Amino acid sequence: MSESLLQVKNAYKFFGGLAAVTDVSFEIRKGEILALIGPNGAGKTTVFNVVNGFYKPSRGEVWFKGRNISGLKPHKICRMGMARTFQVVKPLQRMSVLDNVVASAFLRAESREKAVEIAEETLKFTGLYEDRDVISKGLPLGKRKRLEIARALATQPELLLLDESFAGLNPAELDESIGIIRRIKERGITIFIIEHHMKVIMAISDRIVVINYGQKIAEGSPEEIQANPAVVEAYLGEDHHA
Amino acid sequence: MKKPLIPLAVLAVLAVLPFSGLSTYMMHILILVLMWTTIGMSWNLLGGYCGQVSFGHAAYFGVGAYTAGLLYFKLQASAWWGIPLSVAVVSVFAFVLGYIVLKLRGPFFALATLASGEVLRITTENWNGFTNGTLGILIQERTWVAKTQYYYIILAITAFTFLLVRRLVASKWGYYFVAVREDQDAAESLGIDTTKYKTIALVVSAALTGICGAFYTNYMGFIDPHIVFALHDISIITIMIVMVGGVATQWGPLVGAGIMVLLAEWIRSIPGLGASHQAFFGVLLVLIILFLPNGIVGDFRKITRLFGRARA
Ligand SMILES: Nc1ncnc2c1ncn2[C@@H]1O[C@H](COP(=O)(O)OP(=O)(O)OP(=O)(O)O)[C@@H](O)[C@H]1O
Ligand SMILES: [Mg+2]
Repeated sequence: MSESLLQVKNAYKFFGGLAAVTDVSFEIRKGEILALIGPNGAGKTTVFNVVNGFYKPSRGEVWFKGRNISGLKPHKICRMGMARTFQVVKPLQRMSVLDNVVASAFLRAESREKAVEIAEETLKFTGLYEDRDVISKGLPLGKRKRLEIARALATQPELLLLDESFAGLNPAELDESIGIIRRIKERGITIFIIEHHMKVIMAISDRIVVINYGQKIAEGSPEEIQANPAVVEAYLGEDHHA
Repeated sequence: MKKPLIPLAVLAVLAVLPFSGLSTYMMHILILVLMWTTIGMSWNLLGGYCGQVSFGHAAYFGVGAYTAGLLYFKLQASAWWGIPLSVAVVSVFAFVLGYIVLKLRGPFFALATLASGEVLRITTENWNGFTNGTLGILIQERTWVAKTQYYYIILAITAFTFLLVRRLVASKWGYYFVAVREDQDAAESLGIDTTKYKTIALVVSAALTGICGAFYTNYMGFIDPHIVFALHDISIITIMIVMVGGVATQWGPLVGAGIMVLLAEWIRSIPGLGASHQAFFGVLLVLIILFLPNGIVGDFRKITRLFGRARA
């Protein structure tokens, strides 16, 4: 089995009286794609925020590359090699697509030339090179989601957190994005992904963690998860309400 | 014209202007325009590029002015030493203040900066033993009678500030400033230490403004707390200059400062209107926000298009 890159150990996150994450533990191994799934409001994004430092866990710990990172600021964690995208996209609105990615490429670049080089390469990789001069405010949603990925990649992470990068995409864009994810994995980057599209999840993930009401209810391979009664229950329950 | 040549051309024109036989009054106006341009460019670095809208730049102007004034008043040194010294004093002051106010976001930051300027004014007014209170500080012997020397000194300061801001904006820091302005959470997640870069923008912006304050003391020969820590006459005017000229633009502060100073002088010269120039500024600002939200420089294309259509 390959080495562990990230460990979440009995993490809790409370918002006032609301327990958004309760006693969640899991690990991510180097080189794999780990998916985090669960019904709406289950606490998936909150897990991301705890992992990348936006929130300090109310209890428990997060370890990355053998170091306890609970309470470190996001920019420090990013520098250590973890990047993320946002479910609600946060482009640097009045900057061009290229400048968005240049800004993040500066993390590992000594000069502006080097940053631009990294950024252009990343834009080609994510299929946004043609749009490089567009002011990002004017991008359609699908491309804004991809810009999130490009920007995160330009920080040259070892671990990439993708929060619903596929939501709201049309089938063509969906295929394109799946291709991008696969190629990211080929580059040796470990991926932690939140996704609602079951087809996508089953197609790309090595392992899946399922949470519901902030608690982990299952973990395993895609086949194991599909056959797990607790998971089926959680999703069926959601369907009944919907 | 090639882009890098434009600043050189403007500098050349400004450098030969005193030889065109301008009156002392016109030289005074030009000195004010350059000083306000520099304050505007400094503000722009923090407010325009980094997105931290300060309503308290009078604080840095005033601390710079009093650094020069107190050097003279307390230590009998030349107030000109206030220019280099103000860089150090204002930087330290801004760094400490930044530690407190930069934790705040948006309107809370703006209010905190506003309060800091006012607190300084009131403190300076009442700390008679150190600052001479509301009596202010008068520089008895002026360095020069003519305006020319003062003009070249402020021109050098303005040119230096222009170059510095231009270089910063094109560098990694510039990208980081704009990233912070556009989205602090996104910036953090891209590995940008947002607190650090906001502090840098604040300190550089404040120090440049402080230089102007120290220059002002030397040029005007008199300061008091009411003048140099003025909320409306300094902090607010600075914002207006940049907004009218164009926020986060290279030339906006120069255009804005030119308009504001000329407008103020023109209105002051009309009998009966007197000090009501501020009301006119207010109206102008509202018009700019409504029709040219990016300022005259930022919306220059829009303006030329309008005129093009009018001619057609
Ligand atoms: N900053 C916050 N303050 C208060 N409550 C919050 C905050 N962020 C999330 N929550 C609450 O925590 C719970 C989990 O939210 P979270 O966004 O993590 O869910 P999610 O699984 O990502 O949902 P979705 O699938 O809709 O994206 C929800 O009840 C949400 O309302
Ligand atoms: Mg979510």
